[in-house]
Amino acid sequence: MQQIIDRRLAGKNKSIGNRERFLRRHKEQIREAVRRAVEGRGIRDIAQGEDIHIPKRDISEPVFGHGQGGTREMVHPGNKDFVRGDRIERPKGGGGGSGSGNASDSGEGEDDFVFHLTKEEFMQVFFDDLALPNLIRTTLAETPEYKTHRAGFSSDGTPNNLHVVRSMRGAIGRRIALGSESRRELRRLEALLEELRAQPYTPARLHEIEQIEADIATLRARIDRIPYLDPIDLRYRSRVRTPVPTAKAVMFCLMDVSGSMDEARKDLAKRFFILLYLFLTRHYEKIEIVFIRHHTQAQEVSEHDFFHATETGGTVVSSALVLMEEIIQARYPRGEWNIYGAQASDGDNWHDDSPRCREILEQKILPMVRYFAYIQVVEQEQNLWHEYSDLAMDAENFAIRKAAEVDQIYPVFRDLFKKEGAVK
Amino acid sequence: MSDTYDRRNNGRAPAPGEYGGRRHAPPLRAPLPLAERPSARLPAPSDWTFELIEQYHDVIRATAQRFGLDTYPNQLEIITAEQMMDAYASVGMPVNYRHWSYGKEFIATEKNYRRGQMGLAYEIVINSNPCISYLMEENTMAMQALVIAHAAYGHNSFFKGNYLFRMWTDASSIIDYLVYAKNYVAACEERHGIDAVELLLDSCHALMNYGVDRYRRPSKLSLTQELARAKDREAYAQQQVNEIWRTLPPKLGRDEAEKEAPRFPVEPQENLLYFIEKNAPLLEPWQREIVRIVRKVAQYFYPQRQTQVMNEGWATFWHHHLLNTMYDDGYLEDGIMIECLKSHTNVVYQPPVGHPAYSGMNPYALGFAMYTDIKRICESPTEEDRAWFPEMAGSNWLETLDHAMRNFKDESFIGQYLSPRVMRAFRLFAITDDDTEPTLEVSAIHDEAGYRNLREAMSRQYDLGSREPNIQVWSVNLRGDRSLMLRHTQHNNRPLHDGAYEVLKHVARLWGFPVHLESVDGQGSVARRWTVDPSTA
Repeated sequence: MQQIIDRRLAGKNKSIGNRERFLRRHKEQIREAVRRAVEGRGIRDIAQGEDIHIPKRDISEPVFGHGQGGTREMVHPGNKDFVRGDRIERPKGGGGGSGSGNASDSGEGEDDFVFHLTKEEFMQVFFDDLALPNLIRTTLAETPEYKTHRAGFSSDGTPNNLHVVRSMRGAIGRRIALGSESRRELRRLEALLEELRAQPYTPARLHEIEQIEADIATLRARIDRIPYLDPIDLRYRSRVRTPVPTAKAVMFCLMDVSGSMDEARKDLAKRFFILLYLFLTRHYEKIEIVFIRHHTQAQEVSEHDFFHATETGGTVVSSALVLMEEIIQARYPRGEWNIYGAQASDGDNWHDDSPRCREILEQKILPMVRYFAYIQVVEQEQNLWHEYSDLAMDAENFAIRKAAEVDQIYPVFRDLFKKEGAVK
Repeated sequence: MSDTYDRRNNGRAPAPGEYGGRRHAPPLRAPLPLAERPSARLPAPSDWTFELIEQYHDVIRATAQRFGLDTYPNQLEIITAEQMMDAYASVGMPVNYRHWSYGKEFIATEKNYRRGQMGLAYEIVINSNPCISYLMEENTMAMQALVIAHAAYGHNSFFKGNYLFRMWTDASSIIDYLVYAKNYVAACEERHGIDAVELLLDSCHALMNYGVDRYRRPSKLSLTQELARAKDREAYAQQQVNEIWRTLPPKLGRDEAEKEAPRFPVEPQENLLYFIEKNAPLLEPWQREIVRIVRKVAQYFYPQRQTQVMNEGWATFWHHHLLNTMYDDGYLEDGIMIECLKSHTNVVYQPPVGHPAYSGMNPYALGFAMYTDIKRICESPTEEDRAWFPEMAGSNWLETLDHAMRNFKDESFIGQYLSPRVMRAFRLFAITDDDTEPTLEVSAIHDEAGYRNLREAMSRQYDLGSREPNIQVWSVNLRGDRSLMLRHTQHNNRPLHDGAYEVLKHVARLWGFPVHLESVDGQGSVARRWTVDPSTA
């Protein structure tokens, strides 16, 4: 019973289940690493894998083994110049006697166990932190969808795309074209035959008739041999794939950078922006991000400065809104761009400024944007919150939320994603 | 369809002293003659095809039969590098239950492979019936031929012939058993949660090396029996545990009672997992079954751990011998032969001590050298050989080699057959490391005075009993806190390393009550003591 079996196609990734178990076990370390990675990455680079380091001792599996000490005798190959009774200095660091193979397993080495978390796994952990519902996860993590639509006909394709009428039409044409010569000849011979039969028989004529009958039979056979349907007749509907997201979007990130926004709050805000960014990547081919930071004055800055520079001083939120409006007017005409706004703040504002913010939002910004989300990273409610919550009651494309923990961010986008679900 | 299984002796009564009554053919006295010289050599492109593998396999099989190699039927499977890594990760088995440590193994292997730090083994062979050999897609034709000779005839005949494998493993049922184990563990995960099962498996794995019987033959595994008996066993095992519950703590005279109480277990037990499976008071039936599964798998691998040198040496000897014979018979092209020899040379390279690549003895090199030397001693003995191996010198080499393969493990094989010539060839020397001395001492080298010492030291080095700490179940405190006492008997005063405490935590998790471990030195006094109480750990 000799057998050679080709297993190459039968399931690779047999270990995927074991890998999942491994990731599951080291969830904490991985979450920590992902958290650090999110901090260090630009918003645009979020969807990538990451190398994870886990200290070796955390993943070692303990077994009973011998430690240093006692008496042992080891046999080694490759003696150069030792003779019996020679005494040798004990090698330092225990590197000498690795013969038993156990010495290196005891966990003294502090090297990290490093492995690569794939993009999917990375996003999974990131979403876990944000407590994203599953449906949203899948729509976010997917690469942009393509839509196929018809683009005429082609001569090859899959059977399910076969266009029957076209194929038959082609077949008829081919049959006519290939058979016309023979048919013409056939008609001529038949007429001739008719004529000859009408005349009285003579042996010579009889011979001629036989000749013609034989020719007719040959021609008929030739015509019959023309295939009814040939592979070259087949026509298929041609479909081409085009990516669905075709429009352009601009995303405004507005953040308060006054002294009260500490690192933790900024991190929270960053995740908030990332989430919106991921949502937009699903829908738009080209996305621009504008970062506006403000204290008493607003300023357009680079991403690095946005998250890392700290300023002190008071807070005038409206300055940022005014700047946003100006930028929109100058660079992003409404007809071409889908505009999204995301604002993060600790709720502090110069007292008289909050009604003004509401006014600018209500009258100038909200009519221009598709969606504007505001997140307040502290619990305490101040006048800005009150003004905004009044506004949020009426305005459809405005959402606000307080989030002191990362898993509270998602609901601010709930409406946005809900709409997404409904459209689908 | 052709068959390599040797049925010539079916129906013969088992020879006395054979284990389990499984029969084997007596070795040939001399190689059978070549039926007919081939008219042309086998085609020798570097890329293999299925037809070519089949052609080569036919010739290899015919050649192996001429030497009377007795094997299980062969099943060759072509796999990709990725699948090879999968197989690596689950200790070479085609199926296994899920566990994070296999995931870790896979990730580490994959990483090293991607970086080019390691080549994958050319083959993995599974001790099953039929014997499954994995051939990697990337191999050239020459490598496939080498691997077939090595795995499908070398290892395969070793699995079938060696007494340890005959005694401890049942090749026909291991795959079925692993399927059963995988499904059982998966079912438990569903019922009791992944975490509970994972904790349990962690604990069992920590004791895996102490889950083997060394001197008793376990009953054969068979899937149908296992399924039928698993249920009964659960109920029965639970009753058995009651030994520990039966005795209520006495009301008075505690110390006295402790002295009089019958010892439990009556004798120290070396199979910790077996003891735990049968006696741990708090384990649920499903937990006992999982302990049993881990124990069975450990038992299956136990012979492999004891016959590294013999097994690899045997397979290497035979691929070398078979391919050379095929070449001499006019089957192999020069190119194929040279590539095989190059590979062979790499496999049997033994870097000397101090070399950057040195990591102990290379079992392939040592085993190959020993078998080759046995053949030489039989065929053209020197005076020295006659003095050392009077019975072997001049005997029939096929019979002697067959005997040497069947009836030994590494320890005894080296003790019996390591010849002065091989010791000289390897330039072996022994170093004694005594922690009471300031320096190491060279205790023997490859000279007249040292051969015997060297051979003994080498033999001890391959003795699992002294390589692994000797730890046994000593007693259970029946009248008191039901604590379990383990005892480590030091070998040459070698202490346990600090991982012991971590392992003890696992033991405590399985046992459910406090666990003590005493390390006893050569003078019989307790050198060190560890205690883990599961309620606080």
